Amino acid sequence: MTGGVRVWALHLAVLVALALAPLVVPPYHATNLARIMVLAVFAMGYNIAFGYTGLLSLGHALLLAAGMYATGLLVAHGGWTAGPALLAGALAGAGVAFVVGLLALRTTGAAFMIVTLMFAQAGYLTILYFGDLTRGDEGFTLAREARTLFGLDLVTDATRYSAALALFAAGLIGCLLLVRSRTGRVLVAVRENSERTRMLGYDPFRARLLALTLSGLYAGTAGAAYALLFGYVGASFATVQYSVLALLWVLLGGAGTVLGPLVGTLVMFYLVDFAGNLTDATLFVVGAALILLILFARTGLLGTLRARALAWLP
Amino acid sequence: MTKERDSALPRRTVLKGLGAGSALALAGGMPRYVQAQTSEPIRLGFQLHRTGIGAVYGRWYQRTTEAALKVLNEAGGINGRPVEIIFEDDGTDPKRGSEVFEKLAVQRKCDLVFGALFSHVVVGTAPRAAELRVPYLVCSEGHHVAAGLNRWTLQPGITDVRSQVISMAPWVSSNLGKKVTMIYPDYAFGFDHRDFFQEAMKAQGGEVIELIPVPPTETSFTRYLPRIPSETEVLYHVMVGPAVLTFVKELGEFYGTGAHPEIFGFIDSLEGISTESPGLEFLEGSHFWEGMPRYRQPDSTEFDAFYRKAVGVDDSGAAVGDPKDVSTYAHMFSCWETLFVIKKAMEAASYKGPDDRQAIVEAMEAMTTFADSREHPQGDKVFNGRTHQVFGHQFISKVVGGKLEVVQRTAIEDGFYPDAVDYTTMPF
Repeated sequence: MTGGVRVWALHLAVLVALALAPLVVPPYHATNLARIMVLAVFAMGYNIAFGYTGLLSLGHALLLAAGMYATGLLVAHGGWTAGPALLAGALAGAGVAFVVGLLALRTTGAAFMIVTLMFAQAGYLTILYFGDLTRGDEGFTLAREARTLFGLDLVTDATRYSAALALFAAGLIGCLLLVRSRTGRVLVAVRENSERTRMLGYDPFRARLLALTLSGLYAGTAGAAYALLFGYVGASFATVQYSVLALLWVLLGGAGTVLGPLVGTLVMFYLVDFAGNLTDATLFVVGAALILLILFARTGLLGTLRARALAWLP
Repeated sequence: MTKERDSALPRRTVLKGLGAGSALALAGGMPRYVQAQTSEPIRLGFQLHRTGIGAVYGRWYQRTTEAALKVLNEAGGINGRPVEIIFEDDGTDPKRGSEVFEKLAVQRKCDLVFGALFSHVVVGTAPRAAELRVPYLVCSEGHHVAAGLNRWTLQPGITDVRSQVISMAPWVSSNLGKKVTMIYPDYAFGFDHRDFFQEAMKAQGGEVIELIPVPPTETSFTRYLPRIPSETEVLYHVMVGPAVLTFVKELGEFYGTGAHPEIFGFIDSLEGISTESPGLEFLEGSHFWEGMPRYRQPDSTEFDAFYRKAVGVDDSGAAVGDPKDVSTYAHMFSCWETLFVIKKAMEAASYKGPDDRQAIVEAMEAMTTFADSREHPQGDKVFNGRTHQVFGHQFISKVVGGKLEVVQRTAIEDGFYPDAVDYTTMPF
């Protein structure tokens, strides 16, 4: 089997497994998987910026919230239907990322982290400031009848799962195409050695801006989808916690691997969930698991797998 | 011949019935089914703020609920069935709150879920409650239920903030002053106070002369205090979190030993904190709203005594044997009372299993009053089935010698306001 066929076979097999999952897992886990797939799209976006391009951002919650609020506000106050609102959410994420990138990408390393963190904090406070519209920290719900996409009722579990899977599949295939493309290789080159990439005739700033904008597109789409699929829009999604969560999911699954964000989001979700069954100190269990990860699998679960056995893993 | 055949059971049916009955009996199926209908525990889920910003409340909400559960089970449970409560941490986060609700309702097979306090967790969870068609009873005091969420979400254990605020206004206007300056957090919780208190003061012939919203990230208040107009008669403050200690200290430094306006605040800012703490001396002589008096009063009821003893709270509102472990007394009664409302509703609905969940909601909607009792130690209440919101007495307490002394108990009717929704007309 050639490398390309093997890669596509693996990723399509994952999608088929996810498509069949609701038939074999209990309903509780099916709904969890729908959530995980939406959040994994957010993590995939983070992975494009951090894993492939080396942009360690602490401001991705802003991009998630941009999509969520654009969609939520347009549906709740603008009377938009779900389809155009979802598109607006995706574009809002990309647009905010582009503008933030124009300014923040003048910095690198720790300064980039701080600047993106500040942008995200400003976004969070903006949501609180316009509390009359956004209901501030409390957030707001979307009416059941507004959560219909192309005639499909997103409130029912089966439709919700299918919509989450379709979104995740589009994100996964898009990501795979990107990282295997010439553009994707430029992003990795910028991550590995920016100056050498420039010497070869590429513009690292443009490459980083493209990566951040695509990352914002993913994050905004995930935020918009969360609002429509789960019916809630809230400022907590704009807090630094969600920027850190995206980073953790990617680190856990394997930064710079296409399936890493899904694996990281899935493992972290069930780590919290199972820990809750065993002890009151769930965060202690999560913390211990992350320490073990740093000690024994610094490149994440799939990163370690790639280093030890599957070198062809993208 | 024909008549005989009509009156007798067909032989084939009898044989089938005997066969099936024997099989069930041999397999133990029949007795187990009967058993399940009669004595299998009722399982309730509790969405607990064990971690996150609600952790202080969560600790006491769990203690109060476990105490109520013990009383409930000792008195025979619900419909003669024992009751179990499964506590699950939501991290005081709306996303996790929704996931926890799912886990409790679907995986742990709880008959209903209750217990959430923080508004964003309630609002984030409510859509899933309606989708799963599982009753969601919140102990939140937020105005969100009565403002309109969905038919499966109810608040039968504690009055909402709108009602609290408007029932305070007449007393504040008559006893403290008519010119009010409000200092409040610049987000939804503060906005409820801002909007409803202004409206209520206006109705009393008073006015709010200055609004001072404070961003939630603020750690020092010195730059806001000079904005308090000199003609202010009442300074109304609502602060949340540890910043209240800084706020009070800086307020004391700002006014020094000179004259200062009357001060009225909500105890939310001091839940879990002793009013006798160093740094809070400036609060001496000021007034607070309390949902239930933290310090036992001379006229406190026997029901309050029973409740304190059951939960393990002393006469000053701290844990028995640990004066530093101050309870969230003004709010936590809501868990106790909600559990007994659940009992009443399940018994009224002759609850047998998840198929009867809708009947629980309908039974609650039919409720009108709760009597002052061991089940409702905070006092008697009126329940509005149309808005799913309960209304009760509120308490105004004065800080005297570092302790809270009740100076006013409002009438339930003082907190009434026009209905914004009628859930009973909405589909399930």
